[in-house]
Amino acid sequence: MDDLSRFKQTYFDESAELLAVAEAGLLRLAPGEIDMDEVNAIFRAVHSIKGGGGAFGFNDLVAFAHEFETVMDGVRNAEIPVSTELVDTLIRANDVLARLLAHAADETEAPAGTTDDTVAALRRFLDKTGEQANEAAQPAAIQAAAGFHPDDEDDEAGIFGDALAAIQAARDDQPAPAAGPVPEGKVRWTIVFRPKAELLLSGNEPTYMLRALRRLGEAEVVCHLDRLPSLRDLDAELLHLSWTVTLLADPQVDRAQIDDVFEFVADDCDIRISAEAPPPAIIPPALIAPAEPVPAAAPAPAANLPQPATPAATTSGAAGAAKPGDGAKRTNGGTGGSDHAGPTTHTIRVDLDKIDRLVNMVGEMVITQAMIAEHLRDLPPGQFQELLEGLEGLAQHTRELRESVMSIRAQPVSSVFSRMPRLVRECAAVTGKEVMLVTTGETTEVDKTVVENLVDPLTHMIRNSIDHGLEGPDERERVGKPRAGTVHLSAAHRSGRIVIEVTDDGRGINRAKVLSKAIEKGLVQPGASLSDEEIDHLIFLPGFSTADQVSNLSGRGVGMDVVRRNISSLGGRIGVYSTPGEGSRFVLSLPLTLAVLDGMVISVGEERFVLPLTNIVESLRPKPADLHGLVNKCDVMMARGEYVRLVHLHRLFGIPKAIDDATKGLVVLVETEDGSRLGLVVDEVLGQQQVVIKSLEANFRRLDGVAAATILGDGRVALILDVAGLREMSRHGAGNGNAPADSTPPSPSLPAPADKSDQRQRQTV
Amino acid sequence: MKKKVMTVDDSRTMRDMVSFTLRGAGYDVVEAADGQQAMSAIATNKVDLVITDLNMPVMDGLTLIRRLRAIPAHRTLPILMLTTEADESKKAEGRAAGATGWIVKPFNPDKLVSVVQKVCG
Repeated sequence: MDDLSRFKQTYFDESAELLAVAEAGLLRLAPGEIDMDEVNAIFRAVHSIKGGGGAFGFNDLVAFAHEFETVMDGVRNAEIPVSTELVDTLIRANDVLARLLAHAADETEAPAGTTDDTVAALRRFLDKTGEQANEAAQPAAIQAAAGFHPDDEDDEAGIFGDALAAIQAARDDQPAPAAGPVPEGKVRWTIVFRPKAELLLSGNEPTYMLRALRRLGEAEVVCHLDRLPSLRDLDAELLHLSWTVTLLADPQVDRAQIDDVFEFVADDCDIRISAEAPPPAIIPPALIAPAEPVPAAAPAPAANLPQPATPAATTSGAAGAAKPGDGAKRTNGGTGGSDHAGPTTHTIRVDLDKIDRLVNMVGEMVITQAMIAEHLRDLPPGQFQELLEGLEGLAQHTRELRESVMSIRAQPVSSVFSRMPRLVRECAAVTGKEVMLVTTGETTEVDKTVVENLVDPLTHMIRNSIDHGLEGPDERERVGKPRAGTVHLSAAHRSGRIVIEVTDDGRGINRAKVLSKAIEKGLVQPGASLSDEEIDHLIFLPGFSTADQVSNLSGRGVGMDVVRRNISSLGGRIGVYSTPGEGSRFVLSLPLTLAVLDGMVISVGEERFVLPLTNIVESLRPKPADLHGLVNKCDVMMARGEYVRLVHLHRLFGIPKAIDDATKGLVVLVETEDGSRLGLVVDEVLGQQQVVIKSLEANFRRLDGVAAATILGDGRVALILDVAGLREMSRHGAGNGNAPADSTPPSPSLPAPADKSDQRQRQTV
Repeated sequence: MKKKVMTVDDSRTMRDMVSFTLRGAGYDVVEAADGQQAMSAIATNKVDLVITDLNMPVMDGLTLIRRLRAIPAHRTLPILMLTTEADESKKAEGRAAGATGWIVKPFNPDKLVSVVQKVCG
């Protein structure tokens, strides 16, 4: 139950964003040059709202969204010309959709007939496409129906001007004070405090004034961010905020005491103070006017009339821009229901770009801090003790800052997981299988981008597990399993990454079938000998599908190869482990953030590399007796009673003048997410450092065994190694395991050792 | 951490009064007898607030305020000036020089503390 409601909240939040997108697009839509991207964005927004609404059985909303969408589709296909009245109707349709969403969120029925006029107006545009000849006779009627004065016909600017003015007005408008009666024996003061930007330069500090207000009573403070410029334009010495304080004080607190708080700044600020005493008992609370006018909500009967957008509806629709007081406090909008942004939360909406800029700046700071540390490392400690201590503090704070900034972007995976029960129900219904979904670790947090991009891969993997993995109930009974199959979806933090697993207790991968299919499709040479693991991984090859018949569920041209590509574009990996008759386990491993990591700097010849700290187990210098050579393959080392494959980085990357003999250099023992170990032969371990991840793909191209690049304290560029990728390279030779998806499918058979030198050449940067 | 207030006044009585009152209210206080002393004291003390008299030898209060404001690190430092009478023209002059606010002499201890809280928490 709880999960379902959380899911609903996600839908409403998302819908509010989509409404804003649609409205912003509609406001820019005008006859003449049509931006098709814009039109498509509007269409998609309406379509998504419809789709989600269907999931919850909001039938009225879906029906209406369908009408809306149909007209947008007509616009998209250039069947319906863009006219001023069309845009107006669409904007109204967007408002109606907002109202329906608000009703759905409140779990109330929309008044009968809410949508009738708008639906009629929308349909008229569809009819019109069939009979353009009649067009000349129609506009007046349409305009009348659409609630237009014919005078407005040419006044396109006027319409938009008004709409924009309404937005502007509502944006400038301070939110009304908390509605509702004032408690007995108290006075409610509403103080709107808009200081001038230079306030701080006189040494005045608004926080202290707000604190002073708190000493006078119970204060609720709403901060307005509408004047906040982008981070780039931000002048830290200027003040961009303003506040509305609702102060519930005893009657003996007088106006002078409040004025006194602003004594020094009264001349430089816009301060409005109003008071509200408890109502005499006879007046019903509904009649109490708020101290400041609220944009009037449409009266209830207006539902039957064509409604001009109320300012409130327009504003909340255009929520892409800053909304004063949004989410902190809302007025009781009455029956008009123009208020659709969901319940009160103590959050602010911030443009993702702003956060990304912040993340970027923190990244640069990490580098700068490393540079300073580098330069000062050799100072004699006695003489510069304080400087070194300060530097330590800086390092500490940088780390904390980095973590706080990252946590802004972090979201629990529950937002994705909560979508899955429904999917499972659907899939179970379509396939006739009985399925139980178990989820664990929903609260695991990960970067927003990662969360968002998990939806598609997980959807596909779960479909895949139910469709291909699980047996039908009868078959399960026959082999002694419970009739209902189980799909287990789990998330956990493991060694600095998030690991998501989809496990089913089905029949497991049918390797014989997979292999024959792969041979049939020419993905594998006939007669090639592949290990079980290699066969299992064939399902990730492009164009591979094992279902005998392309089923309604999985076989829609989206294969596991797309899943793998999606995951790998997030810097993640996917693996599969399967036991015939017992089930399969798909393991996704993703980075928590895409910005900074703790690394160990190592040197190989003249080159520097960074190893993610989370991969490192230990470093050691082996004795000759610990090393064993395997013919034609690789060296292994005995470490802590276990044989570990050795990888000579200089051989892999073709670096000259490096130490080849592991007993002379160092072996860094690393571990991948799935627990397999590898010994990297390096010259030296230089030290631990936070590094900023600079995407290699964005700036160059993807390389096997390399996760990204970074800039070290001394200004050198170093590559960040991808341990699992190195393992793949050392196993198959370079260029196989993580080959880009657009290249020809790699042959899974092991390349002859002679190939290796060529591959190595290609890898040399 | 305790906030540190600097009181700048040529009258020792006044300095003692301010110090006593503010220490009682939980502040640290450093003292200076004129603008010049204040300037050198502030170079080695990190203060959260300066309360300065206007009429002082060597360097007067307004000059002190202007000098402090000219230093980037003190652009947003709260500075209160003490005025002997509620003189509007002095207030305006002080504000133009960069004063945060003012306290009118004579003042009672409660008023002093409330004004100090208002500008430096």
